[in-house]
Amino acid sequence: MTTFLWVIVVLIGISLLGFLYRLVKGPTTPDRVIALDAIGVGIISLIGLISILFDTGYFLDVILLLAILSFIGTVAFSKFTEKGVIIQRDRNS
Amino acid sequence: MTVIANILIIATISFGTIFILVTAIGLIRLPDAYSRAHAASKSATLGVMSILLGVFFHFWLNEGSFNSRILLGIVFLFVTGPVGGHMMGRAAYISGVKMWDKSVRDDLAEVVKKKRELEK
Repeated sequence: MTTFLWVIVVLIGISLLGFLYRLVKGPTTPDRVIALDAIGVGIISLIGLISILFDTGYFLDVILLLAILSFIGTVAFSKFTEKGVIIQRDRNS
Repeated sequence: MTVIANILIIATISFGTIFILVTAIGLIRLPDAYSRAHAASKSATLGVMSILLGVFFHFWLNEGSFNSRILLGIVFLFVTGPVGGHMMGRAAYISGVKMWDKSVRDDLAEVVKKKRELEK
């Protein structure tokens, strides 16, 4: 079971490297933001696996925190690339 | 009982890992921003939901603690993952990211053009 979990951790690390490649290379800003979102997802699953490996439940709050931060970051970046502002006063535009 | 629980955990975690690897392949190989958003938002969400379900089964069946925070995390990711992908795709279209040159349809073009003419 422990060996299996370490293999999974290595596989998710490899896919994190793939996301990092798209984050560095990505030609446009939306590519980079999508890669950041995917990196957040990968880190969340890594934290789940590591909390099994270390046999503790204290990391599980971090999952919720990272999910919320990743979503807020994606929404802020998309509002910024769409309109140039994050918090808009004029609701009719 | 432990064997059945371990089989369940290994099955769900392997399923999720396959989907996260598919996400990485899609983000590296697909041609434009929209298809990359399609790869990242859907399959990454399914993969992380499955992995967290495996973690939840481990803490429930092997450790004996029903951990509701993981379930809350699963529901939150299930709601917000596709919403974030959709907002990013819309922002990419409005900010003028080009589609792949072999794309065959662009249904949103005339709508955006009409909206821009209305604003002038």
